[in-house]
Amino acid sequence: MNIGYYPGCALHGSSNDYEQSLRACLGALDVQLDEMKDWICCGATAAHSLNHKLSLALPARNLAVAERDGFKQLFAPCPLCSMQLLKAKKAAGDERVRKELSEIVEADLRGESEVLNLIQMFEKIGVARLKSAVKAPPKSITAACYYGCLLTRPPDVVHFDDFEQPTSMETIVAALGAKTVEWNYKTECCGAGMTMSNEDIVLELAHKILSNAAEHGANCLVVACPMCHVNLDMKQAAVERRFGKKLGMVVYYLSDLVGLALGLSAEQLSINRHFVTQA
Amino acid sequence: MENQALGQVPSEHLPVHFPSPIQVANCYQCGKCTAGCPVAMHMDVAPNQVVRLAQLGEWEKALRSRAIWECVGCQTCSTRCPKEVDCAGVMDALREASLARGMAAPERFSVVAFQKIFLENIRRNGRLNELELIGHFKLDVVLHTGRIPFLFKDAGLAPQLGKRKKLHLIPGKARDRGVVNRIFERCASERKP
Repeated sequence: MNIGYYPGCALHGSSNDYEQSLRACLGALDVQLDEMKDWICCGATAAHSLNHKLSLALPARNLAVAERDGFKQLFAPCPLCSMQLLKAKKAAGDERVRKELSEIVEADLRGESEVLNLIQMFEKIGVARLKSAVKAPPKSITAACYYGCLLTRPPDVVHFDDFEQPTSMETIVAALGAKTVEWNYKTECCGAGMTMSNEDIVLELAHKILSNAAEHGANCLVVACPMCHVNLDMKQAAVERRFGKKLGMVVYYLSDLVGLALGLSAEQLSINRHFVTQA
Repeated sequence: MENQALGQVPSEHLPVHFPSPIQVANCYQCGKCTAGCPVAMHMDVAPNQVVRLAQLGEWEKALRSRAIWECVGCQTCSTRCPKEVDCAGVMDALREASLARGMAAPERFSVVAFQKIFLENIRRNGRLNELELIGHFKLDVVLHTGRIPFLFKDAGLAPQLGKRKKLHLIPGKARDRGVVNRIFERCASERKP
């Protein structure tokens, strides 16, 4: 299966471990990522904070170009990117807005292509198929599945899972043969958009999430977002220093866990490039 | 008096928003937005109070509040609102108006600077250049605050990122940066003071 791929800036930047993990894991499941050539930044938090029109126009340009290039499905592994694309898709439902956005972005926005996040990608492959492809069930794993803010919100834009108690990630992790825990902060925000500009808030939020996962018996977190990963993995040492306690919580991308279960190595999946590694 | 001009905006609408204004009239102040907000405790004005200020047309207080810059945009408030008031959208609209009118809270200079520098960066490159973003942001904060040690904050992460092949000295740029620039021009905030 070939699928349109919108990497977004993070996956071509400091979250390139996520991209490597995706390519290895999905490749093992016969999914090839066909990267759209002319993608631009989705505008992220900065655009929706400072210029609402721009925050629709930038993803509208990407969606329109993907549609121009014939991608019926577009896989956007960063939930902020995929939410932005879906926002543009939703806006295209209003003919007046669709026309205005098309003019702004110099391409015909149709808003017809399907946008997929990582969990939806695995659902498309099929949980039954995943299950049958498992070679090395990660039995030592007890995971806290962390969705963060934008996988399920805003629900009228993303239309994905239950926005208070999502369970789609647990379904996949369980299919691999790993355990999951019930915990409190599945959809609580980690504040990643402020990692550099308002660190105090971010450390506090990351601390709450990491400690709550540990208190509920998890030995790792599973995420499907590059920003969550940076905040919970790379910044974990700073959280430990600030709050004076050792957390040592490994943070996997969902594709890491699937990949491990398929028999891929930590190196193939770039898990060795994370900051917190197995104790 | 820019504030008077702002005050003339009907109270159920917010000053800047595309494609249509956000409605705030339905809010009955239950406070559910504030209860679920992960950063409300750091705000000078709680999310439900921000919506109240917008209802009352108290733009000056709303636009100068620190709260709108503490908001992390997680959408929890809008998702849970029983009256379907888009509280997170209110925050976005207020930030945009606050910046356009030069009323952004000086205590949150670094948040405002980061967002502005981020947008300038993608306008130039089409895609984010992380190293340029970090350098530009740090310089801006130091020039503004005189806190020179900020330049070296987290500098210890650089070799660790390098070791993990996460630093890109020559990142990819979008092929057609002209179109990016034109999109920015067409989306320039329409209501500058």
